[in-house]
Amino acid sequence: MPGAIYAEGLVKTFGAVKALDGVDLDVPEGTVLGLLGPNGAGKTTAVRVLTTLIKPDSGNAVVAGLDVLKQPHDVRRSIGLSGQFAAIDEYLTGRENLQMVGQLYQLSARDAKLRAAELLDRFNLADAADRTAKTYSGGMRRRLDLAAALVVRPPVMFMDEPTTGLDPRNRFQLWEVIEDLVAGGTTLLLTTQYLEEADRLAHDIAVVDHGKVIARGTSDQLKAQTGGERIEVVVHDREEIPTAEALLGKHSLQGTAQSGVTVEQHTRRLTVPVAGGAKLLAEVIRELDSRGIEIDDIGLRRPTLDDVFITLTGHAAEDEEKRTGTVPDEEAATDGKKQKRRSKNQKKEAVK
Amino acid sequence: MTATTSAPTTPRPAAPAGGGLRQSIADSLVMAKRNLIRMMRIPEVVVFGLFQPIMFVVLFSYVFGGSINLPGAGLDPGLYREFLMAGIFAQTVTFATAGAGAGIAEDMHKGLIDRFRSLPMARGAVLTGRTLADLVQTGLTLIVLALVAMLVGWRTHENGLKVLAGFGLLLLLGYAFTWIGALIGLTVRTPEAATSGGLIWLFPLTFISNAFVPSQNMPSVLRHIAEWNPFSATVQACRELFGNLPPDYPVPDAWPMQHPGWASLIWSVLIIAFFRTLAVRKYKSATA
Repeated sequence: MPGAIYAEGLVKTFGAVKALDGVDLDVPEGTVLGLLGPNGAGKTTAVRVLTTLIKPDSGNAVVAGLDVLKQPHDVRRSIGLSGQFAAIDEYLTGRENLQMVGQLYQLSARDAKLRAAELLDRFNLADAADRTAKTYSGGMRRRLDLAAALVVRPPVMFMDEPTTGLDPRNRFQLWEVIEDLVAGGTTLLLTTQYLEEADRLAHDIAVVDHGKVIARGTSDQLKAQTGGERIEVVVHDREEIPTAEALLGKHSLQGTAQSGVTVEQHTRRLTVPVAGGAKLLAEVIRELDSRGIEIDDIGLRRPTLDDVFITLTGHAAEDEEKRTGTVPDEEAATDGKKQKRRSKNQKKEAVK
Repeated sequence: MTATTSAPTTPRPAAPAGGGLRQSIADSLVMAKRNLIRMMRIPEVVVFGLFQPIMFVVLFSYVFGGSINLPGAGLDPGLYREFLMAGIFAQTVTFATAGAGAGIAEDMHKGLIDRFRSLPMARGAVLTGRTLADLVQTGLTLIVLALVAMLVGWRTHENGLKVLAGFGLLLLLGYAFTWIGALIGLTVRTPEAATSGGLIWLFPLTFISNAFVPSQNMPSVLRHIAEWNPFSATVQACRELFGNLPPDYPVPDAWPMQHPGWASLIWSVLIIAFFRTLAVRKYKSATA
């Protein structure tokens, strides 16, 4: 039985651009799928096909048990869509916007009014309910937009980059709202460019690039696929580096291109790929301690979804320019280099 | 492909009870209300919409009026002023085209059309609602303009029913033209382009007509175009219904000029049927 959102072989071409190039999706009821990819990867096109806004060139899709191509009108009754832009009427008040959407979902005027009041309360907009949306901040507009998508408590929700352009505080608030929603049993397909967002909200992640799903799995599975974990140690004294290196070398994961200990002399940082998790970390700490090596910092580092994305696509999720523009300090810069080195190695492996 | 969801859906929308038409009307009214609220909150649009026709009333009455030779009336500026008003009324109602186009283009641009299209609402309702709201605005504009026209000496000389019928034809023409605007708005996608795209062709259309000067004075090719121009039919019909033609005015032989009431009605209905069909079809696949 297909999930609450199911798609098979979706293809959509705009002129010479293949926006979707054979996308398959399966989202079990009550779960969240994060569609992760850079700008232009095809995320929005996928959402538009699934929400009946555009017809695919080929393939088929089922949403809430209804065929998207054959029963579009019935599908619309079971979905809520929150698009990339806050799709609200600026000259209407928050309340008027929600009442309008309620009536267009075919609620009676009375029900639409009640539901609007309920949603305004829940989304912290009650104070601004009777002001025109023009006066709302970006975060308020987003919340109003999301409220509009929830008017009939649809069993299946689509959110296209819900937090793009929001400041961290508003993003955090919106995440909480989304988590609440999912806790209530709603099936959600969420597109995002933010790896952190997918990591936090999605049960499953599908990584999209150039109209194709290039990887899928849970956040942990994707991270494991990228090369597992490593232990990073910063020793207190430069003289202790050789001893520590020898000790860590024994635990190094063998047989991969990244085997062996990486040493950064100036930061006194040693990094080694491992496979033993927290247990091994404790062991390493004991060993270092028993040799009298003083440590400033030690930790088990897992790859982030950023690492995953670079490994899979060969480019970062955000624009390259933006990334280099926002690298805050030397440490991050070297981190970036390391990621690139690792991704090259990874690709070699993939070829094998 | 059996039903799979039993998720919490308390206020699930009821199936459209009275079938498609009832839902269509209800949704269109919701959309019309939305657009009327917008108009009330941006009164500048309505106010500026009045400037041009009022300016034309003044310009044509006093600047050109004395130099235009009206068959059957000569150079009498008073008779010309009465002759002129139906032309300005008709031109004013067609300017609603630009407003409808810009409004719909703006909805596209802001992603609102995407939202509406993802809702279980009647397909044509977004456009019908907009055109209905524009119709209300056109009606208000006409009332103000008629009052200004009376200030400069315009009078009707027929019974009230005929006068109302004349205004009815004007409103129908305006409504028909907003469907052209709707199609333009869906096609060009930005409000600025919709405004200019909705106005540019209106100038030749309204000037190559009998609106400001009698068609009899034009070169023969233009004269034929003017006499078959849908716009001219409404103007001619209004002049007859308002009693604004000079007593000895020779009516051109072209069929629409001989039967202007019917011609106006037929043209407007054809324009609505044609452009509504195209616009609704376009709407079904429109995305921002």
